[in-house]
Amino acid sequence: MTIEAAGSAAPAVAVEPAGSAASQLQSLPVPCAGPSVPSSPAAPASKTTRSASAPPEIRLRGVGVNLDGADVLRGVDFEAAAGEWINIVGANGAGKTTLLRALLGLVSYSGDITVAGLQGRRHRRRRARKLAYVPQAPVVPPGMHVSDYVLLGRVPHRGVFAGETPEDVGVVIETLARLDLSDFAGRTVQSLSGGERQRVVIARALAQQADVLLLDEPTTALDLGHQQEVLELVQTLRLERGLTVVATLHDLTLAARYGDRVAIISDGSVVATGPPAEVLTTDNIAAHFGATVRIIDDLEGPVIVPTAGLRSEQPEHRRPAAGRLESHSGGNHEQKRKP
Amino acid sequence: MGAGTEPSLHSAGLTPVAVVAAVAAVVIAAGAGLAVGPVNIAVHRVGLQLLDALPAVSLDSGLSSTHAAIVEQIRLPRVALGLLVGATLSMSGAAYQGAFRNPLADPYLLGIAAGAGLGATVAITSNLGDGAGAFDPVPMAAFAGALVSVSVSYLVGHIGGRSVASLILAGIAVASFLTACQTYVLQANSDAFRQIFSWILGRIATSGWSEPALLLPYFAVTATVVLRYRRALDVLSVGDEEAAALGIAPRRVRLIVVLAASLGAAAAVSVSGLIGFVGIIVPHAVRLVFGASNRVVLPLSILFGAAFMTLADLAARTVLTPAELPIGVVTAFLGAPFFALVLRTSRREIW
Repeated sequence: MTIEAAGSAAPAVAVEPAGSAASQLQSLPVPCAGPSVPSSPAAPASKTTRSASAPPEIRLRGVGVNLDGADVLRGVDFEAAAGEWINIVGANGAGKTTLLRALLGLVSYSGDITVAGLQGRRHRRRRARKLAYVPQAPVVPPGMHVSDYVLLGRVPHRGVFAGETPEDVGVVIETLARLDLSDFAGRTVQSLSGGERQRVVIARALAQQADVLLLDEPTTALDLGHQQEVLELVQTLRLERGLTVVATLHDLTLAARYGDRVAIISDGSVVATGPPAEVLTTDNIAAHFGATVRIIDDLEGPVIVPTAGLRSEQPEHRRPAAGRLESHSGGNHEQKRKP
Repeated sequence: MGAGTEPSLHSAGLTPVAVVAAVAAVVIAAGAGLAVGPVNIAVHRVGLQLLDALPAVSLDSGLSSTHAAIVEQIRLPRVALGLLVGATLSMSGAAYQGAFRNPLADPYLLGIAAGAGLGATVAITSNLGDGAGAFDPVPMAAFAGALVSVSVSYLVGHIGGRSVASLILAGIAVASFLTACQTYVLQANSDAFRQIFSWILGRIATSGWSEPALLLPYFAVTATVVLRYRRALDVLSVGDEEAAALGIAPRRVRLIVVLAASLGAAAAVSVSGLIGFVGIIVPHAVRLVFGASNRVVLPLSILFGAAFMTLADLAARTVLTPAELPIGVVTAFLGAPFFALVLRTSRREIW
């Protein structure tokens, strides 16, 4: 499984359009991630060049979400082209999940969201045919079998009152086979291990046959091997089916490895978007995660390593990070580059 | 997967075995209810007598006219009422549990029992329809009280955050308030104590076909709505958020199902009093034996609830002949050990 999936990672790199690198960077000349973020003029400049011809599959314009009086998201501008994989990273509580929930129409928001041609929060069922969701902590109905669980993904297609059609059954059988889950069909979802369960939830999302896949922390609670397996699976499926993928991830190295682009969300705003190597810099990470890291350039992308004990020794890392432009590459003394 | 083979998939649904078992339970319970009593009548004669009553069928059951009258005019309406009340309460309980995703939900969750109890208490103590004969105010007052309490619970629960928990809490508040009112009315009219207490414990007593006829349309409406939403309740089992992401409207589904179930339960309570336990144990026993999908639980709860109530009523009227036990006592006395047995032996995870 891992071997064949690893092989498929190579074309993923090829998919990434050339020349997008510099234009994607939305560097942020913001002093710090404090509450007094001045409205940055960077946002309008972030218009992607990659999707000059086709309209973006996902587009957010000035999106704000207020939950219980708190502005969880504000002024979010964000785009994803069809077939693109974007990882949203950010500290706990930055608004990553809320962004996904807004995309799904699960929370009320201000501003404009267009997903796969659908605008606004109406068209619930049509949206579910375009947009599949893998939640961070899926509710596992007691006693429900894997096959019935995956069949739930067909609800947007058949309607909630109708029984499953042979086509629904066919899609589910095919999906289960594709994800090596055929042997689990008659077992209850509860009885599966974490990794198997995650694959089952992805299977339900795939059975929706949606164009856009939203993954909320798909690797949380999985060991390293299963994290890799799940992300490789998503990568393979994305290439097979031309899916647009938006995922929130905590592991920045994984976010760099699997995404075309990375978006940092901090305190409710998207503060940087671009190719992983340009967005995931020590300064950005210091400013928006409060973490001191070293970045090692690996062949497949940057590797983000937390530096133990250096936080107190190099305090300049935390404050100066704020005032510095981070777009220039290689200048950082912490950033080790391979020759 | 060959091109010609029909694709098949394990899917939760009614199996023929389950349907046959449930229908058999209903037939056996109804047969016993008709045949057993102070006068025992052979079951096959009861069957023949019933067939004979059908239009265009003429059979000789060999029953005397007295026995025929016992079967057709005394026991048959009572069995019919037992079937209907049991089916309605059990179905409503199953629907509540599915809609609230809570194993402890029963039809009385939103204050139906307290509201109906207050309505009945007021009607009994104020002697509204005394002597009128044809008009019995107690069921109407109970029905009205039940519907008012559910409506108030829903309104209050929606104001308080619109979550499932706030709805349940609203139900508790409304029920407590109405129970307090009922207790006050009761204390002020202690002479009616016995009558009110007997209503609260419930009974399947009927003096003809008026009660079954009253309940039937409500049962039909409730069953139609609830069964239509059985798949929606299965989608709801992944929680409101994921259900919404799958394109359904969780709050609307819950509102419709709960209102339909409440309507049925209110009607059942108004004719039979507060029969407890049925709405909890029958759906759970069905889940434990046949699986947790609402596509299975709802239809089977209707059938097994009907059978269970008929058997409980049979016990209620025969154990202490000629006296009758309150049926609420019987449902708990028979139901609890049976349920404990099922709970102990089943290996299914249902909640």
